[in-house]
Amino acid sequence: MEITLDHVTKHYPGQREAAVEDVSIVLPAGRITVFVGPSGCGKTTTMKMINRLIEPTSGTITVGGADVLSMDPDRLRRGIGYAIQQAGLFPHLTVAQNIGMVPGLLGWDRARTADRTAEMLDLVGLDAEFADRFPRQLSGGQQQRVGVARALAADPPVLLMDEPFGAVDPITRGNLQDELLNLQSELGKTIVFVTHDFDEAVKLGDRIAVLGPRSKVLQFDTPEAILANPADDTVAGFVGAGASLKQLTLLRVRDVEIDRTGVVTAGVDDPVPELRGKLAESRTKFALVLDRRNRPVRWVHVRDLNAATSLAGAGKPVGDSVSVQSTLQDALEAILTEGGNAAVTGPRGEYLGTIGLGTVTDAIAALREEHSDDHSDNHADNHSDNHSDNHADDRTGPRADSEGVTP
Amino acid sequence: MTALEARARRADRMRLLGQPVAVVLLVGGVLAWAFTRDLDSIERANINAAKLLRDTWDHLVLSVVVTALVLAVAVPVGVAVTRRWARWAAPVVLGIATVGQAAPAVGVLVLFFLWTEWEGLWAAALPIALYSLLPVLRNTVVGIQSVDPALVEAGRGIGMSGGAVLRRIELPLAVPLILAGLRTSLVLAVGTATLGAFVNGGGLGLLIDTGYKLNRPTVLVTGAVLAVGLALLVDWLGAVAERGLGPKGLR
Repeated sequence: MEITLDHVTKHYPGQREAAVEDVSIVLPAGRITVFVGPSGCGKTTTMKMINRLIEPTSGTITVGGADVLSMDPDRLRRGIGYAIQQAGLFPHLTVAQNIGMVPGLLGWDRARTADRTAEMLDLVGLDAEFADRFPRQLSGGQQQRVGVARALAADPPVLLMDEPFGAVDPITRGNLQDELLNLQSELGKTIVFVTHDFDEAVKLGDRIAVLGPRSKVLQFDTPEAILANPADDTVAGFVGAGASLKQLTLLRVRDVEIDRTGVVTAGVDDPVPELRGKLAESRTKFALVLDRRNRPVRWVHVRDLNAATSLAGAGKPVGDSVSVQSTLQDALEAILTEGGNAAVTGPRGEYLGTIGLGTVTDAIAALREEHSDDHSDNHADNHSDNHSDNHADDRTGPRADSEGVTP
Repeated sequence: MTALEARARRADRMRLLGQPVAVVLLVGGVLAWAFTRDLDSIERANINAAKLLRDTWDHLVLSVVVTALVLAVAVPVGVAVTRRWARWAAPVVLGIATVGQAAPAVGVLVLFFLWTEWEGLWAAALPIALYSLLPVLRNTVVGIQSVDPALVEAGRGIGMSGGAVLRRIELPLAVPLILAGLRTSLVLAVGTATLGAFVNGGGLGLLIDTGYKLNRPTVLVTGAVLAVGLALLVDWLGAVAERGLGPKGLR
């Protein structure tokens, strides 16, 4: 369900400035839109006006085309999932009672509510035995899962999430984020997610709305576009240092061209003189040794061959390799570890080629190029989320030569 | 910390078991002492099973009526003044209740009698209820106010009506504090119910009054010890109720 805010303003009586001033934004159906901005910028207020926990002073808000201001607030909220920081579970009710609250309000019978509760526990990855526990007996991460399960229990098409992972440790937060993305790929809800953590926004958002004071929409675009080309200095400041590094988390090795022929390879059983011949022929100094199942095992320098009798023990083992599913950030890590080129493997670990520093810098440059003329259309643009065509053919960036760079 | 907690819990359990035993020993001992003494005719008229039972029963009835009144008034009023539309009234109501408790109980009782010229059960119950209202009222207000506002908002946010949030979230979470207040109120009520005798309300106050006026210490001590025993017993019942009725998830 699409959510639209049209010239929405919230003005608290007795305050000179509006908390939210004249916000207009269209949140696409079935996608995660993240409101991100500094503390006190009005992002939570903006979100709470969607389910009328806060009544707007003026403007209109529609959910799936229906004007929320003309609906009964309680009924409206039963149709919109709501998850908040620290989960907000009712401490005197069991996990099952917490999850079953909204179905109960909607008048579902006991059996249906119980079935749904069990289904929800399973969905968020909690064992059935948690049903009869009290929130106090759960860890922070488990409580958050129950919070998400409660928000999803009545299968609402729209979900509002107010910094739901703000109060858990970084590792648990990462897991919860991954699980939310998995859930979303299954459920396809329209999710409004509020956070002050830009990295979280980049990870979760299909769209990011960067909000400034009084909830002013500074930029509304895909994470890629905002990272590549912040609309103004404020957004750039919020994106923070390391925008290019963050972009690397959005690209995957399969999205860029890998070098399939630049590095000489040899089977582990090949005779040493044969490899020496190949290296001389290609005028390179390094070769990659593959095992019998074609997986990269060792890097060999031409010097190593003088003393070697077989390739199985020559050179040094491959330290780090990446798969086509890895992000470019992982690839960069592997490139730095290996000292120039990292081996790229396929689904079963088989060797496909190598990736070098040049490929990574080219991908970033291409992304910049692509988003360089985005500024005018903050609201209703339609960028493809697919970056498989990012690696333009005419690369101009510096390119690491495979020769002599590898260990 | 856990060792300390465990010790506190053990002490709590000991008290829960020990208190009724102590009451039985105390009351039984004093009754045995009183009944085995040489009693004159006035003492015999007061210290006999039928009279003691009736006075104790009257005393209990008076206490129960006071408790019912306190609950019926203090909890709804306490809830009302935590609602947004009546929040302004909270200090006023708490002020009245504080005055009620700060005034001497005898004074409240006598003033009420002079004003209404009633006698009997209600003449005693109403002023005593006013006198012992405050603990329940204040604890209801504090109990509801101390519910995390994020929980109330979470309740509203998932579509519970204001009434549903009150009934299913706020009140259950305030129950431990309300019960603690009720326990204090009850003990106050049982104690002050001894004054009911002055307005013809019956109860153990009769024995104390008689014993004092006619200089019969045996009668006075018997009445006083029975009242103390009753108060301790009621306090014990309150403790049991607090353990049994508090929300499970918080224990």
